[in-house]
Amino acid sequence: MEYVVIAFLCLGILLYFLLGGADFGAGIIELFTSAKNRSKTRNTMYQAIGPVWEANHMWLIIAIVILFVGFPHIYTTMSVYLHIPLLIMLIGIIARGTAFVFRHYDAVKDNMQEVYNKIFVYSSFITPLFLGIIAGSVISGHIDPKANDFVTAYISSWLNWFSISVGLFTVALCGFLAAIYLIGETEDLIDKRRFIKKAEFMNIAAVVFGAMVFIAAQRDEIPLYNWVFKNSVGLSAIILASISLVLLWYLLIKGKTKILRVLAGFQVSMILLAISYAHFPNFIRLKGGDTISLFNSIGPEKTIYSLGLALLLGSVLILPFLGYLFYKFQQKEE
Amino acid sequence: MDDFLAARSQMALSLGFHIIFSCIGMVMPFFMAVSHYKWLKSNDEVYKNITKAWSKGVAIFFATGAVSGTMLSFELGLLWPKFMEHAGPIFGMPFSLEGTAFFIEAIALGFFLYGWDKLNKWFHWFTGMVVGVSGLASGILVVAANAWMNSPAGFDFVNGQYLNVDPIQAMLNKAWFTQALHMCLAAFTATGFAVAGVHALMILRDKNKDFHLKAFKIAAIFACIGALLQPLSGDMSAKDVAKRQPAKLAAMEALYKTEKPAPLLIGGIVNEQNKTVKGAIKIPGALSFLAHGDFKSEVKGLDQIPENEQPPVAIVHYAFQIMVGIGTMLLLIALIYFVTIFKKKPLIEKRWLLKLFVFAIPMGYLALEAGWVVTEVGRQPWIIYGIMRTKDAVTPMPGIAYSFYIFSAIYVSLSMIVTFLLYRQIKMVPVVYDKKLGK
Repeated sequence: MEYVVIAFLCLGILLYFLLGGADFGAGIIELFTSAKNRSKTRNTMYQAIGPVWEANHMWLIIAIVILFVGFPHIYTTMSVYLHIPLLIMLIGIIARGTAFVFRHYDAVKDNMQEVYNKIFVYSSFITPLFLGIIAGSVISGHIDPKANDFVTAYISSWLNWFSISVGLFTVALCGFLAAIYLIGETEDLIDKRRFIKKAEFMNIAAVVFGAMVFIAAQRDEIPLYNWVFKNSVGLSAIILASISLVLLWYLLIKGKTKILRVLAGFQVSMILLAISYAHFPNFIRLKGGDTISLFNSIGPEKTIYSLGLALLLGSVLILPFLGYLFYKFQQKEE
Repeated sequence: MDDFLAARSQMALSLGFHIIFSCIGMVMPFFMAVSHYKWLKSNDEVYKNITKAWSKGVAIFFATGAVSGTMLSFELGLLWPKFMEHAGPIFGMPFSLEGTAFFIEAIALGFFLYGWDKLNKWFHWFTGMVVGVSGLASGILVVAANAWMNSPAGFDFVNGQYLNVDPIQAMLNKAWFTQALHMCLAAFTATGFAVAGVHALMILRDKNKDFHLKAFKIAAIFACIGALLQPLSGDMSAKDVAKRQPAKLAAMEALYKTEKPAPLLIGGIVNEQNKTVKGAIKIPGALSFLAHGDFKSEVKGLDQIPENEQPPVAIVHYAFQIMVGIGTMLLLIALIYFVTIFKKKPLIEKRWLLKLFVFAIPMGYLALEAGWVVTEVGRQPWIIYGIMRTKDAVTPMPGIAYSFYIFSAIYVSLSMIVTFLLYRQIKMVPVVYDKKLGK
C-alpha cells in the first residue's frame, strides 16, 4: 500500500504542477501582456480556466494531506525550516484565489476590477516563484537541523541561488504551459499569434533559468548534473523532452494546436522526472549529507493502509467526474 | 507578544475566519437547491433568479472558504509542528476523506456555476445537490478530526511513544458524533438566519418584494428548524463533555467547587483570583441535571483538577453564556415564526417579525464563534487532551508575532472585501433580475 500512497503523492505534485501551473501561468501571461491587450487575454483565460481552477487547486491539498498523514516527519521538517517561503506562498494562494473569484463575481464592474487584477497578476507570479523556491530548497541541502541561529535555520535554508533559480525556472515553465494551453483556447488569429509569442518568450526564459539552476547546483555542490545525466532514466527523460519540444514547435507552425498542450505537459513531466528520479526515494536533503526519505519517514502501517484505501476510493469517485468536467467544457470549441 | 501567544492567536483567528466562510459555503448550496427545485417544478422565473443570485454568493464564499482551508492545512504544521508530527498519522484519516469530499465539491461547483443552459436541467440540479452534500460531509469530517483532539483515541500512549495507531478508531472517537451534529445544526441555523435576515431587510425597504419574500421563506425555514433542534443536540454535548472533559464543563459553568447537587449559573462576573462568581442567577440542581440527567448528582468542580490543567475559566464561561443566550433567543424567534406560519398571517404585515430577523443576521455567527471558543479554549492547556500540552507543540521559529499581524491584516481585508461584494450583489438585484421579471 505504501507504493499506492507514494504514487498518489507523486501524481498530486505532478498534476498540481501541470494544472495549477497552467493556472498560475495564465496570470503570469497577463502580467507580461501589454495593457491594451489585457482584457482580451483575460477573457480567453477566464473561459479556459474558470470552470476548472478550483479543481486544479485541489491537487495541492491532496499532496499536503498525504504528506502530513503519511510522511509527518517530512511535513514538519518543511514546516519548521521553510516556514517563511511557505508563508509567502500561502499569502500568494489566498490573494490569487480570492482576487480571481472576486473580479468575476463582483456585481458592479468599476475601478475595483483594477485592484483585483493587480492582486491577481502579482500573486500569480509570486506563488509559483515560492513554490519553486520551496521545491529547490527541499533538495538543496541547505536545511540544517543543527542550526542554532535564526539566519541559518530559517533564512539560508531557502534564500540561496539554487532555490531562487529553481523558483524562476518554475515561473517560466508555468508561463510556458499556460501560453501553450491558451493558444488552443482562442479562435482569433491575432490572439493566437500573441500567445505563440508568449510561449516563445517563456520557452527562452525556461532555458535561461534552467541553465542558471545547473550553474547554481554546481556552485552549491548539489549533484544535480549526476542525477539528470548520469542515469539512464534521467537522460532518456531529457532526450524525450527535447525531441517533443522540437515536435511542438513544428506542429505549432503547422497550426495543430490541441496536441500542443499534451506535448507541453509531457515535457514538464519529463523535466520533473529527470530531476527527481535519481533523488527518489529521498525527499529532503539536509546539510551535512543526511537525507529524509519517503521510506524512513513513513507513518504507521495501519495509517498508510487506510490512507491508500481512501485515496483509491476517492479517485474512483473523483476521476470520472473530473474527466467529465474537463470534457464538458472543452466541447464548445469542437 | 510572545511567540506562543502569537501562534495561538493566529490559529484562533484563522479558524474563526474559516468557520464562518465554510459554514456558509456548506449550507447555502442547500438553500440554492431548494429554490432551484422550485423553479424546475413551477417554472417561476423568480426562483431561477434567486438560485442564480445565491449561487454567486456560494461561489464567493466557497473560494474564500477554500483558500482559508488550504491555509489551515499548512498552518497546522507551520505553527504546531510537534503536534502534527505525532498526530498527523493518527487523526489524518478524516482529512484524507475530507480531501475527497472537498474535491468532489469543487468539481460539482464547476459544473453548477458554469452549467447553466449547458447541462441537462435535472443533472444540473443534481450537481448543485452534490455541492451541498459533499460540503456537509467535509464539514463533518473536519469536526471529527477536531473531536479527536478533545477525545483522543486510536493509539496507545506508552512512555511518550504513540503506538498501535489505528486511524479508523481515531476518526470514530467518542466526541465526533455530538460535536459534528452540534456544528452542522449551528451552521444551518446561523446561515439561515443571516440569509433570511438580509432578505427581510430588503422587504422592509420595499425592494423587489416578490424576490426577497420567496428567498426569505426558504432560508427562514432552514434557520428555524435548526434553531429548534439545537437545544437537543446541546444537551447531548453537555452530557458528553461532563463525562469526557470535566475540566471544560467546570469552566463553562465557572464551577469552582465540586457540588452535589450543582446549580446552574446564568451570567455572572468571574473573578479568577478569588475563584468566585458574582451576580449570577443560580438554578438549584439544574447543572447536575444537564450534566448527568439527575437533579441530585455530583458535578466535578475545578477544585478537583490540578491548577496547571485548568482552562481559563472566565473566557470559557462568558463564551458559553453568549452561545446559550443567543441560542435561546434564536429559538424564540423560530417559535414565533412557526406560530405565524401556522396562523397563516401574511408575513409582510408583521414588520416587527421581519425586524427580529434583521436583528438576528450576525447573531448565529456570534453564537457559533462563542461555541468554538468553548470547545477550543475549554480544552486548554492541552492540544491533545490529556496527552500533549499546547505549549509543547508550538514551532521553534521565533517572530511568529509578525506572521500574526500579517494574517490579521489579510483576514480583516478579506472580510471587508467580501462584505463589500455582498453589499454590491444585493444592491444590484433590481438591475440584474428585475428586467427578466417583466414587472
